[in-house]
Amino acid sequence: MSTPVAYFLLLSSILFAIGTIGVLVRKNALIIFMSVELQLNAVNLSLVAFSRMHNSLDGQVLAFFSMVVAAAEVVVGLAIIVSVYRRIRSVNVDDAEALRG
Amino acid sequence: MQADLILFWVFAPISVASGIGMLLMRNAVHAALFLIVNFFCLAVFYLVLGAPFLFAVQIIVYAGAIMVLFLFVIMLLGVDGREDLRERRLIAQRPLAALLGVGFVLEVFFAVRASVGFSRHAPGGFDTINEGGNAQALARVLFHKYFFPFEVTSILLIIAAIAAMVLAQRKARAITQAEMEARNASREPASAPRPVA
Repeated sequence: MSTPVAYFLLLSSILFAIGTIGVLVRKNALIIFMSVELQLNAVNLSLVAFSRMHNSLDGQVLAFFSMVVAAAEVVVGLAIIVSVYRRIRSVNVDDAEALRG
Repeated sequence: MQADLILFWVFAPISVASGIGMLLMRNAVHAALFLIVNFFCLAVFYLVLGAPFLFAVQIIVYAGAIMVLFLFVIMLLGVDGREDLRERRLIAQRPLAALLGVGFVLEVFFAVRASVGFSRHAPGGFDTINEGGNAQALARVLFHKYFFPFEVTSILLIIAAIAAMVLAQRKARAITQAEMEARNASREPASAPRPVA
């Protein structure tokens, strides 16, 4: 493999930064959630790159687990967004500022 | 120049551009489509890095299941493109967020340069790790060394399914006759009550 491992790590950090900016800037709860998914994927990429660098499959197994956790997280998060939408008729996070129901 | 380097330089700009596209799109459906492009690029990187099983899982689980779930919720809620992007709560939130992102990338850049180095290539011999195919090798590790976490994961998935059902169910409640009459009266304030069919 002629690509240095550092390239993948840098790409992963760029994607993670894009996801972080998305979480901080966007107001639509669904797009914030998609940005979180982007962050998870960026970390998965660095895990797989480290797995290749160290000639070990542990990183790939950890990326696999993180995919499973991401799937569970999406299911619960989208259910929360749907139930918040039923209550306040909006997915804008600025509209959901009151902690009481 | 070898094939994996060409693949990297083809797909890395696409993945960064689709990530930025997701960030900039007003419409949630367009953002979801950009995110799917990004997931496919990451799947290609997994293939380059010698993880064909994760390549398949990435496409099936992320680009398939998770994004379909996202699009389903977007369609269900009927979210339109009118997102109010004005900064109301915090001053200079967007410049500070961009600064944080750039700072993070720079930090990783210097950390990687100090530790891994930009000329270090992955060592050979990954084919012996993937003996008998990547899926078999991964299964050997998963079902021996990581067997207990694997079982815990199954519990986690069941809890997530139950939680989604509890959170998303509508509170069904019998409507009394008085409530029904009040609702009809508020809907048609001037007209006579509708004859019962």
